[in-house]
Amino acid sequence: MTTATTRRELFGYTPDKNYYTASKGIASWLLTLDHKRIGIMYLIGVSAALFLAGIFALVLRTSLWKPENALLGEKMYNQMFTLHGAIMVFAFIIPSIPAALGNFVLPMMLGAKDVAFPRLNLCSFYLWMGGTLFLLIAMLTTGLDTGWTFYTPYSIRTQTGVTYATFGVFILGFSSIFTGLNFLVTVNTMRPAGMGWFQMPLFIWALYATAIIQILATPVLAITLLLLMAERILHVAIFDPALGGDPVLFQHFFWFYSHPAVYIMILPAMGIISELISVHSRKEIFGYKFIAFSSIAIAFLGFLVWGHHMFTSGQSVVMNMVFSAITFTVAIPSAVKVFNWLATMYKGSVALTTPMTYALAFILLFGIGGLTGLFLSTISVDRHLHDTYFIVAHFHFVMVGGTLTALLGGLFHWWPKITGRMYNENLGRLASFLVFAGFNLTFLPQFVMGSRGMMRRYASYDPEFQVFHQWSTVGAFVLGAGVTLAYAVLIYTVRYGRPVSGNPFGAASLEWQSSSPPSMHNFDHKVVVNDPYDFATQVYDEELDSYVQRRFVEPSPKPATQPQHS
Amino acid sequence: MNSFIGFLAQTEVEPAPPYQGGSYFFPVQASSFAKDSDWLYYFIFWVCVVFFAGIVGAMVYFVIKYRRRPGVDPEPSSSHNTPLEIAWSVLPSLLLILMFKWGAEGYFDEQVPFDDAEVIRVKAQQYSWLFEYENGDFSNILHLTNMQHYQFKLESADVLHSFFVPAFRQKQDIVPGRYTTTWLQPTKTGTFRLYCAEYCGDNHSNMKTNVVVHATEAERTDATKWDWLGNNGSPEGKIANGDRLFKIKCAGCHSSKGQRMTGPNLDGKFGTQEFFEDGTEQIIDENYIIDSIREPQKKIVKSFGPPNQKMQVFQGELSNEQIGWIVEYIKSIGPGASATAPK
Amino acid sequence: MAVTELADDIHEEQHAHGEFIAHHFDSAQQQYDSGKLGIWLFLVTEILFFSGLFCAYTLYRVHHPEIFVQASTFLDKNLGGINTIVLLFSSLTMAMAVRAAQLVERRTVIVNLVITMVCAAVFLGVKAVEYSHKWDEGIFVRAYFNLREHEVPGISRWLVLISIPFAILLAASVIVAFAMRAKGNKNMYVFYLSLAIMFGGYFLGAVGGKIYMNWKTANDKSKAAAVATLEHSAGGTENHAAADTHEPAKAPVETATAQSVPAAAAGEVLHGPAHLSQDLGTFFSIYYCMTGLHAFHVICGMIALSWLLYRSILGHWRADYYGPVDYVGLYWHLVDLIWIFLFPLLYLIN
Ligand code: HEA
Ligand code: HEA
Ligand code: CUA
Ligand SMILES: [Cu+2]
Repeated sequence: MTTATTRRELFGYTPDKNYYTASKGIASWLLTLDHKRIGIMYLIGVSAALFLAGIFALVLRTSLWKPENALLGEKMYNQMFTLHGAIMVFAFIIPSIPAALGNFVLPMMLGAKDVAFPRLNLCSFYLWMGGTLFLLIAMLTTGLDTGWTFYTPYSIRTQTGVTYATFGVFILGFSSIFTGLNFLVTVNTMRPAGMGWFQMPLFIWALYATAIIQILATPVLAITLLLLMAERILHVAIFDPALGGDPVLFQHFFWFYSHPAVYIMILPAMGIISELISVHSRKEIFGYKFIAFSSIAIAFLGFLVWGHHMFTSGQSVVMNMVFSAITFTVAIPSAVKVFNWLATMYKGSVALTTPMTYALAFILLFGIGGLTGLFLSTISVDRHLHDTYFIVAHFHFVMVGGTLTALLGGLFHWWPKITGRMYNENLGRLASFLVFAGFNLTFLPQFVMGSRGMMRRYASYDPEFQVFHQWSTVGAFVLGAGVTLAYAVLIYTVRYGRPVSGNPFGAASLEWQSSSPPSMHNFDHKVVVNDPYDFATQVYDEELDSYVQRRFVEPSPKPATQPQHS
Repeated sequence: MNSFIGFLAQTEVEPAPPYQGGSYFFPVQASSFAKDSDWLYYFIFWVCVVFFAGIVGAMVYFVIKYRRRPGVDPEPSSSHNTPLEIAWSVLPSLLLILMFKWGAEGYFDEQVPFDDAEVIRVKAQQYSWLFEYENGDFSNILHLTNMQHYQFKLESADVLHSFFVPAFRQKQDIVPGRYTTTWLQPTKTGTFRLYCAEYCGDNHSNMKTNVVVHATEAERTDATKWDWLGNNGSPEGKIANGDRLFKIKCAGCHSSKGQRMTGPNLDGKFGTQEFFEDGTEQIIDENYIIDSIREPQKKIVKSFGPPNQKMQVFQGELSNEQIGWIVEYIKSIGPGASATAPK
Repeated sequence: MAVTELADDIHEEQHAHGEFIAHHFDSAQQQYDSGKLGIWLFLVTEILFFSGLFCAYTLYRVHHPEIFVQASTFLDKNLGGINTIVLLFSSLTMAMAVRAAQLVERRTVIVNLVITMVCAAVFLGVKAVEYSHKWDEGIFVRAYFNLREHEVPGISRWLVLISIPFAILLAASVIVAFAMRAKGNKNMYVFYLSLAIMFGGYFLGAVGGKIYMNWKTANDKSKAAAVATLEHSAGGTENHAAADTHEPAKAPVETATAQSVPAAAAGEVLHGPAHLSQDLGTFFSIYYCMTGLHAFHVICGMIALSWLLYRSILGHWRADYYGPVDYVGLYWHLVDLIWIFLFPLLYLIN
């Protein structure tokens, strides 16, 4: 049996050797090839984007307090929601979980030292910076007023910075492709011996499915935007009806990417939730294979439904029907996931830690968001709801209630690993509650006003909708306060949190076998591949206030069994 | 196409009709589709409520029942159950098939033409609507008769717009370069809101007008009929007619209040000197205005706006008499007009 | 269990890592496999990237088949064909370079890479002639489409413009090459000399293409004129109203309906009403987007090949480390493959 001191040495907090003390100076960060540092830089970047676009959201919500739009005026309002949407989608949410958390966690979950292509990884980050920079240039020069969808022909006509912005998004697209490519290769070639496809944590399955979408869908966006730029600069007449082009073709191209893109946003979030629920219930995940394959199914089906954004665009009746039918099929794998999460908690040992509160909030909010998707996939109902606030509410429920919630949950869950310190549980839970309450207050009223006929992208509106807007605005500020508090708790923890050892939550996936924070090469000793959901392998060690592998504590370790799921 | 110019400058948005009530989720049902569409909405709604309640119930129960207690390990239980997985995949699927079926049927209904429908041409242009009826009348407010059948032929002069009347539960995008169509049967009299539902630029949110559903055809023709004030030939009548025509045909681009819009402002312009792209200049007189309406490309005001924006040709669109009225109207808003303008 | 045994620490893994094996890979094989999968995925994204254009192409061709048939007569099948052969040949030499790298035959790698690079440059040279010829005729993208007679028989200004960067690069690499020789750096001398040869390849393509083009224009004129008179005397056909006005000695362009058409051979001057010539612009919009993007990929390929050449000269390849040659090779085959699709789709519509 190992002594406590050696255990501490092995699993303890080792501030002098970890990845962020290993080398100093700004250059050691900006030129790093280490996936953990790149992940952290990404995290800082996407959080900045979240706050910037979040402030835009608050400004536009404030402007909607009164029907006649006294605060902003039409032009300014249009710029506000466009920049809010574009920055949120392209600069924040698409890279958020994969590139920030995924970057940090994925190689460690595989017991690897880095991703397959570290240079490509850094390149991806700089592309993200470059793309975001172009969005900012567009914002600071003439602005951008097309909506995040860049629909032609308005995007060809408008005098605002569409060319800059589309170029920015074009670059961001390549950043996303590179991240996906890197992850896909890493998972394929760098799994440790003994970890088959079905011994991978579900977060990796989710990132894998995401990577497939990133690789297959994003190039189409890239060429679309390239053509849009060509349209604006050279007037090549592919999308411009005035020259014989077809504006609806643009919509097809755009949604061919952007519908799969919504699954780029939600799949990693679902992966996080699979981890959180099982770890914090100390319960083997229920229906592992079904969850794993549902990710792939969603990724695949997601490519066939883009036309549901165009039910009113005048596309043919047959196309509308086909797209509607396929859209419904996507609901099934999503439902499978939700049910399996619930079943995981059954007979578990559920602790309401901060990450778990986010996970539970996710199930509720994504549930509502996804279920309202069913209204929208029903053609005759969508022809009423299209482009109303019902849509706005739907997608905020899935994107904010889903992805942002999961991101926060994941951050709290892995924060002890990333920083080596424990956050304040009570404040964490308070923030989580504020986010949940504020969120519902913001977006539930939008369903009602939407089906009553409140149009989206309206700077001013008819007075009958004012009550709903005011609730929504109040909610937005509560939500903003919640998000701010959550971030404040995390940032405070970095300096002042209580130091923790390797594995405070008793998780069994490999990243927890490193010290907290991990050293530059992730693991100081050879990782022992074990079932990521067999929590019996982890036992609590009071001295360390952490879980350690049972075989280090017990005199005669159980033979490492091949984990097997069915 | 494009044989039109609408109006509705930003300051002239049609005021909203008083809110008509309706159910909690919907405005009143005023078209033949509304009932089915709402019914389906509520069907989906209750399916969702049932599932959602189940999920919340199970979640809350598990969180409480299986909360973590120190020293108590989770009870062992199976981690997979294929029949269960199949059950909870297939069961919702059946409901989804129903949703799809009814949704598609409802949509199909909306696409099937009425044989006796009156065709109304809807012309959308950045921030204004123009409705042209079969008898040649036109208006900026849509006038319909209760229980009649209509087909809308929608066309756009510039960018995407979308024709949407919440009370009718009907929405159709308007795509430049092609016609789109939709069908409708109003089932309730009253005034309802008509919105542009597709983002179309700065004043998208002001591109709204009203639909008036009249009880009888007679009422409707009365409302759309041109009430030619100027039929008596008096100067006031001419100016009034010109004013109305100006609003419908010109005010989309030309201000009569001094702002710079797509086209030059015409307030206080009559009798002043104008400079043109080709280097010439001219006093704005009757002939110049008439020429500009008939052949706008001939003289383009110097350094005005993007060069690719051209005013449309009204030759053949307006009768000589109508052009005359517009000239009278522009004269009436010329400088010093207040002195000579008829009371 | 003893701690010491457990702490079989990370250093154990510092086993025989080759010179070029990155630290995070366990073996050369793992590194190679990762790279290979990575490049294949990258090629998938490239194909999808072009697929958007192919979609647009298909759509417009379905809607306006007649325009496509007509527009393709503006493209010179011979030049396109030559370029196809050049690219196919470069694929062959590329494959040979890969093979040689595998066998660690430094010289063969270098020779084959240089041939590949020269082929790429010849391709660009020919392309430059094609582009400049069209621009002289006013064949631009739709909005600027303004078909007119090709008045510039000699050197085209467009061609000169495109060639300037290549000329500068050629001069620069020659100068650097000799500077390197003066310094006695043999490797770099070879490298820059190879670059110079590559840029020389561009001029080979450009000059060759231009000579052909001039010959052809001259030839066409007499031929078209001959055809015109011939058909005139034979009673003519409906689409040769324009030919009536031809003076045998002059260029066959007098009216808007009959333009100077490179493919005017066999008298297939089927230019319809004037508005059609505007619609032709749509075809050329797509043509420029597709071939332009492809040319961009050729340029990227040239950069990648130069990098390979550099490393080949330094003798980096090993029997277990030749991945980069393999990867760039795959990329180059894809560039070739895309052209194989573009050529019939654009040039050979009938
Ligand atoms: C993260 C992003 C995300 C996600 C995951 C989704 C998920 C879904 N979305 Fe959403 N959607 C958006 C983001 C997203 N969407 C955005 C941004 C827009 C608007 C873009 C714009 O116009 O600006 C949009 C718009 C949009 C439309 C177009 C509306 C319109 O413009 O008219 C439609 C129409 O079908 C739709 C449907 C769906 C469906 C069926 C799902 C499904 O995947 C949902 C599946 C989930 C569930 C079904 C819930 C979980 C299951 C249960 C709780 C069990 C019970 C289940 C059953 C009874 C089946 N979405
Ligand atoms: C990831 C995607 C994402 C996220 C996270 C959000 C977050 C939010 N969005 Fe966003 N939204 C979109 C994506 C997103 N949105 C998209 C794609 C559109 C469509 C655009 C288009 O039509 O083109 C849209 C449109 C949209 C509209 C409709 C505008 C219109 O159509 O007219 C509204 C209106 O309420 C809105 C509100 C909000 C609010 C209140 C939040 C909140 O969740 C924001 C919460 C975050 C913060 C508030 C920041 C954090 C805190 C601070 C800045 C500190 C200061 C604040 C306090 C202390 C209170 N959004
Ligand atoms: Cu017209 Cu919005
Ligand atoms: Cu979608």
